[in-house]
Amino acid sequence: MSAIALERPRARGPAVRRGIGRAALFVLVGAALWGFWEGYRWLWIREGWSWPFTVTDNAMPHIHRIFQALVDHARPGGVGPRLITILTRAALFTAKEAAVGFALGAVLGFALGVLLAHFRILQRGFLPWVVASQTVPILVVAPMVVVWLNPKLPGSLKDWGAVAVIAAYLTFFPVTISTIRGLHSADRKALELMRSYAAGDWRILWKLRVPAALPYIFAALKVSATASVVGAIIGELPSSIQDGLGGQIINYSQYYTIQPTGLWATNVIAAALGISFFLIVLAAERIVVRRAPENIA
Amino acid sequence: MTTAPTAVQPVPRGGMARLVGRRLVDWLPAAIVLVGMTGLWEALTRAFHVQDFLLPKPSAIASTFWSTRSELWSAGWFTFQEALGGFVLGCGFAILVAIVLARWRVLGSAFMPYAIAANAIPIIAFAPITNTWFSPLDKSSKISIVAVLCFFPVLVNTLRGLTSVNPRAIELMESYAAGQVQIFRRVRIPAALPFIFTGLKVATVLAMIGAVVGEYFGGALNALGVQILTRARVADFREAWAGIMLACLLGIALYLAVSAVERLTLRWVPSTSE
Amino acid sequence: MSVVEIKDVTKRFGETTALQGIGLDIEESEFVSLIGPSGCGKSTLLRIIGDLIQPTSGSAFVNGKPARQARIDRDYGIVFQDAVLYDWRTVAKNIALPLELARWDRRRRTAKVKEMLDLVELGGFESHHPWQLSGGMQQRVSIARALSFDPPLLLMDEPFGALDEMTRERLNMELLRIWEASGSTVVFVTHSISEAVFLSTRVVVMSPRPGRISDVIPIDLPQPRTALTREEPRFFELVTQVREALHLGHESDRAAVAPA
Repeated sequence: MSAIALERPRARGPAVRRGIGRAALFVLVGAALWGFWEGYRWLWIREGWSWPFTVTDNAMPHIHRIFQALVDHARPGGVGPRLITILTRAALFTAKEAAVGFALGAVLGFALGVLLAHFRILQRGFLPWVVASQTVPILVVAPMVVVWLNPKLPGSLKDWGAVAVIAAYLTFFPVTISTIRGLHSADRKALELMRSYAAGDWRILWKLRVPAALPYIFAALKVSATASVVGAIIGELPSSIQDGLGGQIINYSQYYTIQPTGLWATNVIAAALGISFFLIVLAAERIVVRRAPENIA
Repeated sequence: MTTAPTAVQPVPRGGMARLVGRRLVDWLPAAIVLVGMTGLWEALTRAFHVQDFLLPKPSAIASTFWSTRSELWSAGWFTFQEALGGFVLGCGFAILVAIVLARWRVLGSAFMPYAIAANAIPIIAFAPITNTWFSPLDKSSKISIVAVLCFFPVLVNTLRGLTSVNPRAIELMESYAAGQVQIFRRVRIPAALPFIFTGLKVATVLAMIGAVVGEYFGGALNALGVQILTRARVADFREAWAGIMLACLLGIALYLAVSAVERLTLRWVPSTSE
Repeated sequence: MSVVEIKDVTKRFGETTALQGIGLDIEESEFVSLIGPSGCGKSTLLRIIGDLIQPTSGSAFVNGKPARQARIDRDYGIVFQDAVLYDWRTVAKNIALPLELARWDRRRRTAKVKEMLDLVELGGFESHHPWQLSGGMQQRVSIARALSFDPPLLLMDEPFGALDEMTRERLNMELLRIWEASGSTVVFVTHSISEAVFLSTRVVVMSPRPGRISDVIPIDLPQPRTALTREEPRFFELVTQVREALHLGHESDRAAVAPA
């Protein structure tokens, strides 16, 4: 009875109709954002306002021109491959680095979390430095990481393997923090129940603590998914690796004044890559964590 | 909301001194780890004659840090201003937007998918664009990219905090015929504070990194990110590392400052731990 | 004039009918318990009286006014099963919250908070935070908060449901003392038969699917009630009567859903 009373009355139309409604709203908001961009552009250009910055065709290109640039040929004169072909190839390269980095970071982050959660004294000693590790400006350290690792990497991993390590560095942190929190979140009574079965620490970890931690870990993995893409792009920037999105960003930022849409289009693809990684983790979460969604901080 | 009923506990009173004292003991293992790691680093770089371009000795970095402290400090301060400006701007705006989206839920549910998607975008890739909006030499170019970086995590966290209040706590306010302004001021915002601080702490780390990355795509000569790069380019690795150290220290300082504000603000929470 | 007047109230949540054709009048200074199994809509009915949710059809009046107006006039105080204290406010500030909203000045607030703390015997705990109190103490703070602005009506939704038997009996006594001292009307939701009989002047028995009133049992135990009341033969008779009414309602429910 109290359950009914608490539940906010919800319209329970057919699921399909609600789905369509939500999709329509999504498109509507997208259109509104587009309109806002174009309206802002128009107003600032017409009035010549210079605050916060002067709007020109270069500073804020038309949205449709950015998408136009994607399907156009990358070089003027209609020769060579289309921009989207080049960028997709670059995105796949970056995705490879990010995915390897993500896997590496997630596994290491989880292992570190288990270790720190189990030994309180280690947690006291190392956790502050785990947090501090994230303040290292990875961009400026990246070239050195490449120099360190490249000689030790087999040929097939050369260059991009080092970038994957950089991506892993950004990935592991949220996973560690949330693993610790999640492992501690197991219900005390459930723990006592396990003890009553005379289950050892290792069994309790896998049968109880890890399942209890899964929602937390997935919350972190969603953050990490994006972080791994960021790490891969940032890692490419100073390492003079040309094949990925980072290389394209450097390339097009040099030609920004003559072809601004190139950089914008690259960023659209980078955004799409980040969102895809996020959605993949989201889908994995839906499959693995089959429980009522909880609010976890 | 109210935590599991516990036995009556004494109010944790006691002067600042006791608070600091306890803190010191808490930090002891961390200090030991720091000393141990630095010692190990020093020993290994000496034992294997690691060259500077790979990794300088910590003692060498420290002495360079000290001898170039005034230039380092002015570069660090320049970049810190960018980070702080963007942090304040981005977080402030994010909290305002979150309040609006929580007040008008229809708007909230309409914009939420976009906020989540934006949160999954490598925003750092937009740094070269903000550099062209403003002059790369202008602080505004870094402030704006830092603000955008900080915006989304704070928005998502704040919105979650504002909307995950115990429904009965809201019913109680409605039973007092309290209006929306009162409900936000007295219930939703206080209840969301722990979530807001979680977002803010994430943003502190992003702020410093964002400013340095922004400078990578071009910045004033006197900026820390530019300094580190040029030092590394002319093979002055000790100075580059001293700069990296400073960037870390400033990031940690911002994080600790926000944590301190959190601890002061959230005194009611039984354990403001982590 | 009735303090609470419920006229033919029906409430649906989607396809579920939580309440069906409820009619109930509660007079001034009555102590009325709503009792019934889970799903009978007793908490829903309480929230309709408090205008925290609106009925699908029918209407509720408090003090002769529509429930909404009564809420705006702050005619009732409410207590939930969990104390719902605001963690960021001290005990004193939690009790003062409705007074702040009613724009009482500081001096009046302080005096009233002290009076309420004495009433629930929590003097000296002003500056404690909720998490420093036991469950029973938290609930007493919550009662003090509900009574702080002297509402003529007190709505209580299983307020002692989460407490142990000893604490519960002590708070029952305390509640009766407060009820007598304040002269207010109480509507009390519970699923404890003995608690309902011990506290009430009238017990309203409800049954589920759809939620409806199946019986109203006047409790003629003498006032004031004491620890000895629980040992009187009449007490046991009434407990049995309520129990049988509950079972009857439950059986008719079974019959209604049983496949033919």
